[in-house]
Parts: sequence; C-alpha cells; structure tokens
Amino acid sequence: MRKSPTEVTETHGRMSRRALLLGGTMLTFMTGLGFRMRHLQLDQADQYRLLAEENRINIRLIPPARGEIFDRNGIVLARNEPSYRITLVPEDAGDVDAVIDKLATLVELDPTELDRAVTEMRRSPPFLPVTIADRVSWDELSRVAVNTPSLPGVTPEVGLSRYYPLRGDMAHVIGYVGPVSDYDLSKIDNPDQLLRIPRFQIGKVGLEGRMENDLRGAAGTKRVEVNAVGRIMRELDRREGEQGDDIQLTIDQGLQSYAQARLGNESAAAVVMDCQTGDLLAVASAPTFDPNLFVQGISVADYGELTGNDHRPLAAKSVQGTYPPGSTFKMITALAALEAGVVGYDDTVYCPGHMEISNRRFHCWKRGGHGNMNLVQAIRESCDVYFYDLALQVGIDKMSEVAAKFGLGEKFDLPLSGVARGLNPSRDWKSSVRGEDWVIGDTANASIGQGFVLASPLQLAVMTARLATGKAVPPRLVKSINGVDQPVPEPPRLDISPTHLAEVQRGMYAVSNHRRGTAYSKRIIEDEFRMAGKTGTSQVRNITAAERARGVTRNEDLPWNRRDHGLFVNYAPFENPKIAVAVVVEHGSGSKAATPIGRDITLQALYGGTPPLSAYPTKDRKRIETQQEELEKLVPGREITRRNRA
Amino acid sequence: MSYLEYNVKHVPAGLRKVLHVNWALLLLITAVAGVGFLMLYSVAGGSFSPWAEPQMKRYALGVVAMFVVAMVPIWFWRSVSGFAYLVSLILLVLVEVMGSVGMGAQRWIDLGFMRLQPSELMKITLVMCLAAYYDWLPPHKTSKPQWVLLPVLLVLIPTALVLRQPDLGTSILLLTGGAIVMFLAGVHWGYFAAVISMVVGLVVAVFQSRGTDWQLLKNYQYRRIDTFLDPSSDPLGAGYHITQSKIALGSGGWTGRGFMQGTQSRLNFLPEKHTDFIFTTLAEEFGYIGAISLLSLYALIVMFCIASALANKDRYSSLLTLGIAGAFFLFFAVNMSMVMGLAPVVGVPLPLVSYGGSAMLVLMVGFGLVQSAHVHRPR
Repeated sequence: MRKSPTEVTETHGRMSRRALLLGGTMLTFMTGLGFRMRHLQLDQADQYRLLAEENRINIRLIPPARGEIFDRNGIVLARNEPSYRITLVPEDAGDVDAVIDKLATLVELDPTELDRAVTEMRRSPPFLPVTIADRVSWDELSRVAVNTPSLPGVTPEVGLSRYYPLRGDMAHVIGYVGPVSDYDLSKIDNPDQLLRIPRFQIGKVGLEGRMENDLRGAAGTKRVEVNAVGRIMRELDRREGEQGDDIQLTIDQGLQSYAQARLGNESAAAVVMDCQTGDLLAVASAPTFDPNLFVQGISVADYGELTGNDHRPLAAKSVQGTYPPGSTFKMITALAALEAGVVGYDDTVYCPGHMEISNRRFHCWKRGGHGNMNLVQAIRESCDVYFYDLALQVGIDKMSEVAAKFGLGEKFDLPLSGVARGLNPSRDWKSSVRGEDWVIGDTANASIGQGFVLASPLQLAVMTARLATGKAVPPRLVKSINGVDQPVPEPPRLDISPTHLAEVQRGMYAVSNHRRGTAYSKRIIEDEFRMAGKTGTSQVRNITAAERARGVTRNEDLPWNRRDHGLFVNYAPFENPKIAVAVVVEHGSGSKAATPIGRDITLQALYGGTPPLSAYPTKDRKRIETQQEELEKLVPGREITRRNRA
Repeated sequence: MSYLEYNVKHVPAGLRKVLHVNWALLLLITAVAGVGFLMLYSVAGGSFSPWAEPQMKRYALGVVAMFVVAMVPIWFWRSVSGFAYLVSLILLVLVEVMGSVGMGAQRWIDLGFMRLQPSELMKITLVMCLAAYYDWLPPHKTSKPQWVLLPVLLVLIPTALVLRQPDLGTSILLLTGGAIVMFLAGVHWGYFAAVISMVVGLVVAVFQSRGTDWQLLKNYQYRRIDTFLDPSSDPLGAGYHITQSKIALGSGGWTGRGFMQGTQSRLNFLPEKHTDFIFTTLAEEFGYIGAISLLSLYALIVMFCIASALANKDRYSSLLTLGIAGAFFLFFAVNMSMVMGLAPVVGVPLPLVSYGGSAMLVLMVGFGLVQSAHVHRPR
C-alpha cells in the first residue's frame, strides 16, 4: 500500500511522541524501582541485616552434666556415665546398606533399633546423623573407631547417661531420670530449651524429679552457621554450660543397702532416722526395682512385670504408703490421757479380754484378758482394753491434738514423690469429709491405731524420734547442695510434760527388755545399745462376731492380701537416743514379721556395720549368723562401700 | 515500496557495515552480561562451573548471532517477519501438543547445543510481525476496528498458548509487549482506554462479588489469588521466597556485604539464586550502589534503543526497535518488581544476567535486529 509522504511524516511524528511518552513512563517506573530499592536497602537495612543473621546463625544447646548424688559419706548414688553410641550420616555413607552390613560385623546391632534408624533416615535430611546403635560397649566403640576409614559416615559418639550403681537399693529415694516426654513438657509452663534436645534426660520421680532444677544445670550454647536446609557450615563460638548441683543426702548407703536386703522380697518399708537431727539414714521400700531400666525408656515387658506385681515394687511405701499404725499408736493415746490428767501412772484398768462400748464389744488381742494393767504394763503387753478405757476418758480431741504434735497427719516437706499426709482423724475431719458425726466407737478404734488413723512409715519414724527426744524433730533428706551444708535447725521442745514422756518411754523400754514385753524375744543384749520400742499389728479386714464365735481364722490361713500388717517402731540406745526406726511389713501376719527386722536394722545402724553376735539373745545367734552370711551376699552396695571408705 | 528503499544507496555495504554497528549499545549489553558472569561465578561459590562458564559461551555465541543478524539488511527481516511469526507459532503449538501427548511437561525443542523455548522466540517474532503489519498498513486505517482486530489476534493467540503451558510470566510479557507495539503504531487511545477499563471493571467485579450470592469465582480460587497477590500471608509457602529475597536485598545496605560474602545466597536461603532471583544476590553483595548501577545500565540500553528508533525514519525499523526495547524493559522491570516484593512471583528471569540459554540467545538476536535497523537506517 502506498503512503503519501505527508502521511508518513505525520505518523512518524505521532510515533515519536508516543515513543517519548513510553520512554518517560519507563524512566518513571525505573526511578520508582530505584526508590523501592533505596527503601529496602538503606531505610530498612538494619532490620533486614538482622533477619539475615537470624537466618544464618543457629544457636545449638550443649547439654550440661547433671549433678551427681552422694550419700552422707560421699558414696556415689547416681552418676553420669559416658554412653557410647554409633551414628551414621546417610549422605556421607553413600551406600548405607553396605556400611550397615560392615558395621554389623564389628558391633552387635539390635534389629529393632536398626529398623527405627532406617525409618528415621528416610524421614530426616541425609546430612543429619542417625543413631544406629545405642549403649554400645567400650570395646565395640573402639573397634568401630579403629575401622572408621572403611566405614564412611559412621561416627562413634560419646554422650552422658545417668547410671545408678546401687540399682534397686536407692530406687525409691532417688527415683530415676528418663527421656523427656510430651507429658513432661505439658506440665511445665515455660520449658527450658534443653528439654527439646532429643533423648535429653529429665528427673521423673523421687529426688531426681523433685530436685530437677538443682540437678539439671544450665545449658551451654554454641552458635553455628547453618544453610537454608539446616546443615551446619561452621561453629562460630561456644559458651560452656553450667554443671548441675551435686546433692549429698543424709542417707547412709551401707545402712540403706542393708535395710533393702533385710526387707528382701517382703512387701515392706523401713525408715531409719537420726533422733537428734532428723537426718534420714535409710528410707527403704521393698520389693524394689532397678531404676536403670527407666533411664533409656523402659520396655513394655519390663514395665508390665513391675506394674503387674501385687507387691507393688514401684511404690515408695516408706513415704507413700499409709497404714493403720495399730498398737504403735498407743503411746499417743497414753500421752493424751496423761496430759489431760485423766490417768495416773499407777492407775490400773482391769482387762477381761474385751470391753462393751455403746452396745458393741471391743476385743483385746489377748482373748483371756490381761487382768489389772497400769500404764507401763499396758504398753509393755500392748493391752487394748486399757487404751479403750483411756480413750473413752480423754476423747478424740485431745488424742488428735497430741498425735499432731508427733507429726501424724503432717505432710513433711521432703524432696520425694508422693510424700503421704496420712490421716490424723478428728471430729471436724469426719463431719466434713465423711459427713457423719464422730462416735465413741471411733475413739476406741483410734486409741489402738485402727479405724481411721493412717500413718506412713516415715511418720512413724518421726513419731518415734519425737517420743525418744521430746523434741519436734523434722525429717531431713538433703545434707548439702553443691558442697553447701543445709542448715540443721535446733528442733523446738514438744509441749509435752517430760515426766509423762519418761513414763511412756519406760513402757517402750519394757516392750523389748521386760520378760513380758511383746518384743522381748527380739531384744538387744548389748547394754549400751538397749532399745525401746513398740510392736503393732493392724487389721486390714473386719472380724465378724460369727467368725469370732467359731474362732478367728489364723493369719497364715488367709490369702496374703488379707493378712494383718506387721509394725514395729523403736529407738536406741535407750539412755541416749541416737536413732529411731519404723518398720512396716504389709500383710506380714502381725508384728512378729516387723520386730526382728527393726531390731536388726537398729543394730546395723548402731554398729555402723555387721554387729557382733553377742548383741543378740543367745538362742537367736545361730539363726542370725546364717542370716548375716546370706545378707552379705545379697547386698550389692557393700562392695562399693568398702572401696570408697578405704 | 517503502520509504526506506529510496535511500538504499546511502546504506553502508559490505564489511563497512561493522563500523556502523551501534557499538555503545553493544558495550552496554556486554557490561550487563559481565555483571551476570560475575554473579553466576559468585552464587556457584566462586566457581566458573556450573553456571558462569556456559553462560559466557552462550554470550559469545549470542554476540556472533547478533552480528550475523545485524549484517543482514533490515528489509530482509521485514520481509520474513510474518513467516518468522508463523514458525514460532507452529513451534509453540508443537510443544503444546507434544506436552499433552505423553512427553511430559517439555516446553522446549532440543537443538543439540541448546534447548530452544518457542515462547522465548515468540517474544521477538511477535514484535517483528506487528512491526511489519503496521509498516504495511496505511496509517489512516490504523485505528479502524477491523484493522485492530487482526493484530489483537496476533497477540492473543500466542499469549493464550503460553498461558496454557502454564507460563504466566511470559504470557504477560507477550501481551504487554504486543500492546506496546500497537500503542506506538498509533492505535487510537480509545482502544487502550477501553481495554484497560474493561480489565479494571472485571477485577473490581470479581473482588466485589466475593462473598455475595453471585460471586464469580470459587472460594479456593479467591484464596489462591490472595496468596498470589500477598505472598506474606503464607510465609512458609509462597511467601518464603519473597521474604528471603527481601531479607537479602535489605541486608545489602549501601555497599553490600562484599563479593561472595552474601550469606543469603551462599547458604541457599535464596531460591533460584542463579535464575529469577539473581538480582537479589547482586543487591546483597554489592548493595544499593551495585543495584542502582545495574538498573542504570538497563535504563541506558533502553534509552539508546529509543534514541536509535527515533533517529530512524523507517517505520518498520523504528517500531521493531521500540518494540524490542519495550520487551526488554518489561523483562527487567517485572523481574525487579518481583524480587523486591512489588509484584507477584511469576517466573521472569533477569535479561542478560540470569542463567539460561534460550533467553540469552533470543535477546541477542533481538539486539541483532536493533543493530540491523541501526546499520541499515535510511540516511
């Protein structure tokens, strides 16, 4: 098509105008881009520089070493052991299967662990190390270390893991640590970043759990440069963490191990306390379990075995278990009556073997009755009718008041799990909790430590220590934290007449030293270590009138869990009380199960080791000798004890 | 017969043509490409492989291609414009068909030494074709509806094909590039105003109808538009790239963090650091000064082309040069807006700098056409 020259010039002019317009628009836009760049790069540079650093720098935590736990003599109860594991970086390994095959010739690989590792490998980026074998031995580790050149991507690693050298002996006091669970995290408001470290160990129960904050320590940090997918490019700097505090307990490991061994497989608990300071020397609970099982996470089979056992190995019975104190409560009833002035030392009560209270017959343990009994005699022979009589005169209010002074119904502040409050019943308690009025029969039951009264072995030990010293001794478990001794406050005197107390103490002395005392056969012969005590038997079932008529079933004929609990509390030496002991044997068919244990533990504590046979009554010596030999073999901690003390 | 052919005798011939090449423009292009080599070397962690070296070879090839194209008279290119467009269109259809009949998402044709993307080729041939059309069309017909419809179709057909691939970035470039040529050719304002107001109206309608009974799109489509327009609403997904890009840009400051010192690119926080986001690396390592310098180089290239076009009395040459300059502008403007968070991430590389064979070669051919127009301009 033809165009006239004018048309050409005209269109060219229009195009030029439009081209200039377009050029102008472009320039404006580019200026806009320049300003945007200026805004980002100059005005907001600091902010973006910071963001870039945040991107680049990753702060990694260095887990601190957990504080160790010692007994009062410096024997290690919980320590950190190097834990060797073998990790594999799939990316460096190349042919992962070939490397694992080669590794299997050097180390025994657990198939389940391996399966887990392979799954983990598929999920995580290839440059992250995956644990192939955990808890390998030093030998295996060195074998792998020597062969690393032919095992690409394999690294032998050393970490720290908790170890309890005494195994079951301290399990109920120290508890155990375990890998942090989601449940643990959910309980804490603002969890320490440390807890997010995979496989980080946290105190779960016992002292490990309750003193977690002292034991854990503070994390160190290292700043590393990472790339977009999280691979560490280099370490920029590092700040070491702070080790957790070491904790020294008041526990005497030798005594504790002995007590555990002496309790054996009974379902039982024993507490040994220093009468003067309140130091807990042994807090034993049987049967026990190996806390090391929990450290890496316990297997379902092992856990099932522990929870399925009717002797409840996981329960710390010495502080968590509560039992009707039975006759061991009678000192409280006696003191209440003496303090209230309703009875004199030599006032006697006639025991025909039973007593009618509001149309109900309350029996004495001795069917034929004790005859005339005064205070010392009644304690010595544990006459129930005497204490029914006292209780009816003094009333529950005074009894409850005195019981409280001796620590019954009090929850002691110890760093242990589930420290039991027990139950020191009162009128108010019954009306508010049970919605019923207190009746006279309740008072009678309480007077002999039955009915509503419940106490833990710990509370019984505290009660005994207070009976021995007349001072409000509180129990104490932690001797020092990080080398700093915890204060031992001078306990205040109990608001109880010392002469009244002395009379009750005379009764307790007679229990084990008078020919007619209930614990006479299990006495201590050595004069300077004579003990004062009280036996107890607490029923766990009601004996019906019908049963009583045809004759009460012998305990031995009952199923285990229907048998009576056996209790024994004592302190020694009588003249200058050093230790108080409480022993409870669940379903032990009465006090005879607990008394010898209490005596043996007392002697062990007073002698600071195996006592000479001369301390025992002559006819017991033969049996004691064999028992001592057997226990020597049983106590695993004794090896450690000797080595450390030498 | 066009205005040009009356003056053929004044046009340089033979090797003398080389002297008449727009050397300043070539120098600017080389400078920009040089920045590209430097950045590709840097993002590879201080290595010529895998990006800088192939890119340099391609550039060398591109320069040769540019000279070859530049030596061929512009009237030859004008005469083959329609044919070139048709070839590009056929190739575009071909990859579309191949792509849909089981060859996967292949959008290129393997030439042995490089993979040619027909959509890249179309960016230049569309401009050529439109320029030739308006050169042929008597100016008084330019704004007649029936004569407007044809170029509109010429633009819309490849745009639709590329959009189907789906390559939103390139289709936007084609559409806008075509519109720029039509605008320059003198199509009446009214058409543009009408189209723009229709688009605006449609967008407003789409958004206004949201949540009402007569809403035009499905809810998930609205959500997709939301993330597209505002990536920061999805900081770990679509927003991740743009956030990291802004961090890299911003952390550059005045002078940057130093050559090969950009942590964002070196540690792989930047996505596509050797292609679409290479400008970010430049801005991170050389700061505001580096970024403004590159922007200035681009501006100079565009301005040189416009100047060359304005000085050229041949309508085809002017339109072609301006069209190519416009397309080039669109390239870097969209890319920069994208990495600065001003525009959605649509996948447009930075011309001459981003790693990529087709784009580089096609651009160099485009500049070859500009040079040819310059060398063979009527005097």
